[in-house]
Amino acid sequence: MNGISRGDINCIQKNIYNRYSNIRIEKIKGKIFIFLCIVATLLGVISLVTLLVYVFWDATAWLNLEFLTNPPSRFPERAGIYPMLVGSIFLIPMVALYSIPLGVGAAIYLEEYARDSLIKRIIEINIANLAGVPSIVYGLLGLGFFVAALGMIHGTLIVGSLTLALRVLPIVIVSSQEAIASVPISHRFASFALGVRKWHMIRTVVLPEAIPGIMTGTILALASAMGETAPLIMIGAATTIFTAPRGILSSFSALPLQIFAWSDFPHREFQHGVAPATIVVLLLILLAMNGLAIFIRLKFSRKEH
Amino acid sequence: MKRKLLAFILMVTATLIVSAGGNSEKESETDLLGSIKIAGSSTVYPVSTAIAEEFNRIYPQVEIPIQSTGTGGGFKNFFTSGKTDINNASRPIKQSELEAARANGIEPVEFQVAIDGITVVVNPDADWVDNLTVEQLAHIWRPINPAIKWSDVNSKWPSEKIQLYGPTSASGTFDYFTEAIAGEEGSSRSDYQGTEQDNTIVQAVAGSRYALGYFGLAYYIENQDKVKALKINGVKPSIESAKSGEYSPLSRPLFIYVNRDSLKREEVRRFVQFYLEKTTSDLIRQIGYVPLPEEKADQNMEKLNQILKELGE
Amino acid sequence: MNNDNIGAMRRDRIDITVHRAEILKDTSIGGIFFFCALLSVLITFGIVIILLKDTAGFFKEVSIIEFFTHTRWSPTIKPVEFGVLPLISGTFIFTFVTSAIALPVGLLTAVFLSEYANERTHSVLKPALEILAGIPTVVYGYFALVYVTPFLRRIVPQISTFNVLSAGIVVAIMIIPTIASISEDAMRAVPKSLREAGLALGVSEFRVTITVVIPAALSGIVSSFILGISRVIGETMAVTIAAGNLSRIVNPFNISDALLNPIQTMTAAMVEIGLSDVSGHSVAYKSLFAVGFTLFIMTFSLNLISQYIKYKFREKYL
Repeated sequence: MNGISRGDINCIQKNIYNRYSNIRIEKIKGKIFIFLCIVATLLGVISLVTLLVYVFWDATAWLNLEFLTNPPSRFPERAGIYPMLVGSIFLIPMVALYSIPLGVGAAIYLEEYARDSLIKRIIEINIANLAGVPSIVYGLLGLGFFVAALGMIHGTLIVGSLTLALRVLPIVIVSSQEAIASVPISHRFASFALGVRKWHMIRTVVLPEAIPGIMTGTILALASAMGETAPLIMIGAATTIFTAPRGILSSFSALPLQIFAWSDFPHREFQHGVAPATIVVLLLILLAMNGLAIFIRLKFSRKEH
Repeated sequence: MKRKLLAFILMVTATLIVSAGGNSEKESETDLLGSIKIAGSSTVYPVSTAIAEEFNRIYPQVEIPIQSTGTGGGFKNFFTSGKTDINNASRPIKQSELEAARANGIEPVEFQVAIDGITVVVNPDADWVDNLTVEQLAHIWRPINPAIKWSDVNSKWPSEKIQLYGPTSASGTFDYFTEAIAGEEGSSRSDYQGTEQDNTIVQAVAGSRYALGYFGLAYYIENQDKVKALKINGVKPSIESAKSGEYSPLSRPLFIYVNRDSLKREEVRRFVQFYLEKTTSDLIRQIGYVPLPEEKADQNMEKLNQILKELGE
Repeated sequence: MNNDNIGAMRRDRIDITVHRAEILKDTSIGGIFFFCALLSVLITFGIVIILLKDTAGFFKEVSIIEFFTHTRWSPTIKPVEFGVLPLISGTFIFTFVTSAIALPVGLLTAVFLSEYANERTHSVLKPALEILAGIPTVVYGYFALVYVTPFLRRIVPQISTFNVLSAGIVVAIMIIPTIASISEDAMRAVPKSLREAGLALGVSEFRVTITVVIPAALSGIVSSFILGISRVIGETMAVTIAAGNLSRIVNPFNISDALLNPIQTMTAAMVEIGLSDVSGHSVAYKSLFAVGFTLFIMTFSLNLISQYIKYKFREKYL
């Protein structure tokens, strides 16, 4: 008989079967791959959620008004975080004061005045790298410059906030740059067409439009400053203090420092009570700041078009 | 404009929080102001901190930042250059430190504040050891050819590496321990985990079966459920045995050194008086050290009054 | 000339004067902003100068050879020795463990976000990941010491209270968002046409991802890896709280010793000195800056390399 023999059919069947099983294997591999990707993505999130649940669970019993208004104590029932809370909150306007004018100013220069030259490239690379410098090195900078060279008193609010301002300056610059760059160029040209001077144009057109973006970036930068510990240790912030800072020359402590100190106390009430409560307070403050930043971003971007 | 508004709001909020909060105790004399900077020994740290806490309940406006840096670290970096008013010390001031202070015009005034017994601890599950002789301790901690495994010290003990934890050489506890055990101050092996924070030693020893560490008595009393104290030459460390001197050679006096010029400030004066009054009280015992005998406390008070008179009141 | 002309000329002169003043104000304000930008460059110089000053002072008392070749780090206990190798060893093993977890997980996360997630999932997961990155490192250190180590102790009872594994796990969680976000951006930048070409050839979807998208985005991915590694090297608080203070040379082949026992990283050593020996003129104080300088050089170089790779090797699409 001509045509297809049993052997041929077997061969064809085998080929089809192989190809389909190849496809099947590929599909399975594909599914496994996607599965791995999902697991990976959720790994971090779920781990964090688990840890956060533990912390919040341990903290609930210890969070009350007294905790927020008492000074720390060797007795866990009496222990509070008031001086650290004030210290951390005081840092916000001070770090903002030192970093925002300089940061926004630098961003304005880079976006509005600088031509695309080598100098501009170098400055931008520099800023990107400064953001990547470990924060403990900024602590050394604060120690070596503000305390040792300028003779400021160690552990005071002003030294702490100056050091932290240096730390967040690159972040402020980059996010302000992005905000300014996102203002459509047509608005600038419209302004020029009306015969307005450059600074006037920036002041009345660019900045107002960029301010929501600048604020968002700044708030996020300040939030990251609030979580910093190592620079404050280096400039000599107090391990223990029972009073809130009264002015910029006061000695101070901050929430992350207290978490650092209390995580060392082996007693159950501290490790599983007071410390988690402090962490929850810090996280809630950070959450509020991040929430504010997101809110600003959403509110003002909807206004646009 | 919006930025200025935000900054303004933040400052107002901060100010409001500062003025609204404060100590919840009502028995406060709020008119005493000033600051008292303290640094030094991690052994004396719980004492100074507790006393500062009590002091702040009466005078909540006085700033008392305290750092735990180790006795030597406190002397060298803060006290002798006048950056702190008081240095906590778990050993007497050295001649070199005294001279360094005087070279800067600072006259240290010594006050003994308590008695301590350095405690050697192991993990509660370390059931093979209960007592160490001074010679065995020296064998474990000496710089040349120290014991590596527990079995090196006593062949019946486990053949496991001894995991060592202790203070660094910025610590007075370190100085005192090395002198008492090895015979020479500063003479110790260096391959152990050193830390200024004694709580770290507690945590570490509590968590590792073959660990061994040492620190001031208070840290043991606070954590008796987590670590096991070893008898030294047959004597168990306790407030009584440290007080009677039976726990030797590891019982020792604890001090504070005050900058004489700082006593001119009223807040420092009151604080030191407060401190000295408390040295015979139960507060010291609560923390885990031996309160001073009455005669010693009286001597301290006389010394202080003498100085205050000289400072021209 | 009539009155109109004189009036016009006077107006012109006033206009010119005002005009000149405005130009002056304009230029000088530009100058102020230039100064602001210059300040950022000055900060870099400031860091280098401050670090160098005390590092130089340090190397006057301790030989460079001792610093870089001796295997014992003992800044305060006699015999005093300043060999930085144990610290580098500690940093290396910690970075290795953290990266071994974070790099693959970060990459797979990026793949999921860029290739498989739909709009809604993406808008939920991305912020969730940002939250991971926003938690302060001191909190991560606390997590490691108080929750992760006891948990690990149930699986591996001989784990030490202070160990590399706990700290490595939490810091990995912390930097996954960084790696994922940069890698994702790199992958999204790969044009759809390349993927479609692969699919048109009959290649399965996941194979397209592995063989087309990832290689195309490789420069961005590698750059994110290097950036992540640089951040881990500079990580301070989590290791100080959870990984211990025992400076030793770690044998990376003795896995249980490397993972389950304490180490001391460069950053932890700096904190230890900083907590006690601050603002003195001792060699120990200066050693703080010497280690800090080494750390700075390491992270700065890695950051530069990361940027270089990102820009030099990126695929330019027409």
